[in-house]
Amino acid sequence: MTDSPINGVAEQVARGTPQPLATRFRGLSDRAIAWIFISPTIVLLLAINIFPLIWTVYLSFTNYRANRPGRPIEWVGTRNYERLLGSEDIWGYLQATAHFVCWTMALQVLLGLGLALLINRNFKGAGFWTTVILIPMMLSPAVVGVFWTYLYQPQTGIFSYILNLFGDFGPIDMIGSVGLAPWSIIIVDTWMWTPYIMLLCLAGLRSIPEYLYEAAEIDRANALQKFWHITLPRVLPFLMLAVLFRGIENFKMFDMVVELTSGGPGSTTELASINLKREAFESWRTGYSSAFAVILFVTVFGLGNIYVKALNRVKQ
Amino acid sequence: MRTWKACLAAAALTAAATTGATTVITTGALAQDKEITLCWAAWDPANALVELSKDFTAETGISMKFEFVPWTNFADRFLNELNSGGKLCDLLIGDSQWIGGSATYGHYVKLNEFFDKEGISMDDFLPATVYAYSTWPKGAPEYWALPAMGDALGWVYRKDWFAKPELQSAFKAKHGRDLAPPKTWTELKEVAEFFQGREIDGKTVYGAAIFTERGSEGITMGVTSALYSWGFQYQNPEKPYDMKGFVNSADAVEGLEFYKTIYECCTPPGYSDSYMVANLDAYKSGQVAMMMNWFAFFPGLAKDEAVGGDKTGFFVNPGQKIEASTLGGQGISVVSYSDKKDLALQYIKWFAKPDVQKKWWSLGGYSCHTAVLGDPDFAKTAPFAADFLKAMSGVQDFWQEPTYAELMQAMQKRVHDYVVADKGTAQEALDKLIEDWTVTFEDDGKL
Repeated sequence: MTDSPINGVAEQVARGTPQPLATRFRGLSDRAIAWIFISPTIVLLLAINIFPLIWTVYLSFTNYRANRPGRPIEWVGTRNYERLLGSEDIWGYLQATAHFVCWTMALQVLLGLGLALLINRNFKGAGFWTTVILIPMMLSPAVVGVFWTYLYQPQTGIFSYILNLFGDFGPIDMIGSVGLAPWSIIIVDTWMWTPYIMLLCLAGLRSIPEYLYEAAEIDRANALQKFWHITLPRVLPFLMLAVLFRGIENFKMFDMVVELTSGGPGSTTELASINLKREAFESWRTGYSSAFAVILFVTVFGLGNIYVKALNRVKQ
Repeated sequence: MRTWKACLAAAALTAAATTGATTVITTGALAQDKEITLCWAAWDPANALVELSKDFTAETGISMKFEFVPWTNFADRFLNELNSGGKLCDLLIGDSQWIGGSATYGHYVKLNEFFDKEGISMDDFLPATVYAYSTWPKGAPEYWALPAMGDALGWVYRKDWFAKPELQSAFKAKHGRDLAPPKTWTELKEVAEFFQGREIDGKTVYGAAIFTERGSEGITMGVTSALYSWGFQYQNPEKPYDMKGFVNSADAVEGLEFYKTIYECCTPPGYSDSYMVANLDAYKSGQVAMMMNWFAFFPGLAKDEAVGGDKTGFFVNPGQKIEASTLGGQGISVVSYSDKKDLALQYIKWFAKPDVQKKWWSLGGYSCHTAVLGDPDFAKTAPFAADFLKAMSGVQDFWQEPTYAELMQAMQKRVHDYVVADKGTAQEALDKLIEDWTVTFEDDGKL
């Protein structure tokens, strides 16, 4: 190697560069260094995730109440779980939650995929319309809940007004009617989160190579066949991922529904998370609500795992 | 540059307004160690208290800071504060139902010794308010608060509509009596039905705005105003916590059914989750002929530009089998976690003075002091003063047990399920309520 000016510069740069980590942590193995780096994260994870989880499981077997710090904590065995699983009301909240999750997912998948297919056609102004469609998901759920109460107002709300253009229905009480209230929250959630599904589907659509469609053209495939054999299989992993995220979010839906209906009328829209909050922080039945939280956690975790396995199978 | 400054100022104001669920007001500009914080709900009487407290600052040199939280978050916010041993509030005007828990769990300072030392006598306050706002165990001479704001559920009505000759004659033709403020719930329903859907001044109006709120305590306060008139009792007077045959008595079932009929026949469309503010909005906007609400709002209504003056009249909660009203109002307590308990006690001492209590009433606060209420001219001091006195003579309150919040949640659910969601029967709702309350008392070791 000749002694060129470039080599001189490289030497200077090398001198200014920090010593390799292995040299600085002399005597430590790579594995030990890796542990040093990840240990703060692990400690944090243990402190704010794992410990509270274990503590919650413990509390679920006690009669603990957070508003009575001086009261001795009694072990009550499985009493909280027995009460929960034997309560008609709890099954009602879980049913309301399942109704909400299933319908929002179904509608959002259909509309989200439909919108993504439309936007993917790259028409003039597609960028502008994409931005417009995305606006609802950028809002705070609490704010959305509040302003939809105005839109749903039977006498002055625009929702009732528009429906009355198609017939003389009179004031339509979306929030106060037992039959309509569950749909009122489904409509709002669909309005707010369909753009999210659309966005992920759009990412999936944009990742499909054009040559697949060209090959299909050569094979004289029609539009439906192209959709069924190329578009859908390619978009499905993205769609399933979006459904996973939204499903988990909707299972623990709280703020938007509280602002919109407060869980009413009666308990018609009292989702599991709303009841959990009421039991934990209004009634202060900490042990009982911990048991409920554990049941919900196991349900979401279990369903989530099954779903992820299905997702992986689809990807393969 | 000016535009930028204006934008920044607007943004700051907007941020303050949107995040400002809590109102913080400070009177005086004295050093922080001579400052105490008073916590209460954000409503009309709180503004009157800010005005009144300026005299305290002038007299003692102790600056006052106020934390006012909207009613919808009031219980959540301050019960959490108490349960966590927070030092935010030196003085708290807490709901009457909190007294059991706050005394039992040591959130409030017991005031007996202080009252004795300062010569403050509970005999100087209306007995019903002392019982409801100050004592725990109930009726025992153990005081945890000074009665601060007397209140009860009352009614307002559109006096100008009631006076319309065509409506008078139409009502008389139908019911054989004058269209007048109702004295019983049956009359109230007749009047409400009469107004429901009627055109007045070119606008469709409705019968009555009642409490139907699900989230906090709204529908319970509304329903109990009917139940009490039907003679509802929470428990066997001879055997505490024995609720069967009392909570679900035939009269209680009838009262609950009646409240539901009023909800169904005579409220504006979409009236399924309404409490104080929603009722005020409905009334002030000319939607309803009658409205139930707390007396605390009546001074503001009497002065309201749209519906105040001669347009509005007041009446006490109608009777049915007996005459009774739902209790509102609060006592003022010293928070035991405060570092400034001595300054807070000075405020209580000052607030208990008869001349301060008179000014409190004149500013729009409801004094419980006999120097105010016992004045022969009291009934003439405001258009609703006589009704207030009448209401306070027959008030009943919800459970004041340490497990109050749990008991309240259960009742909110059961009565909302029945009245608004039309689920089951009144008998089933009250039977289930007893089951819920029994579990609560069992867990609390009371049963």
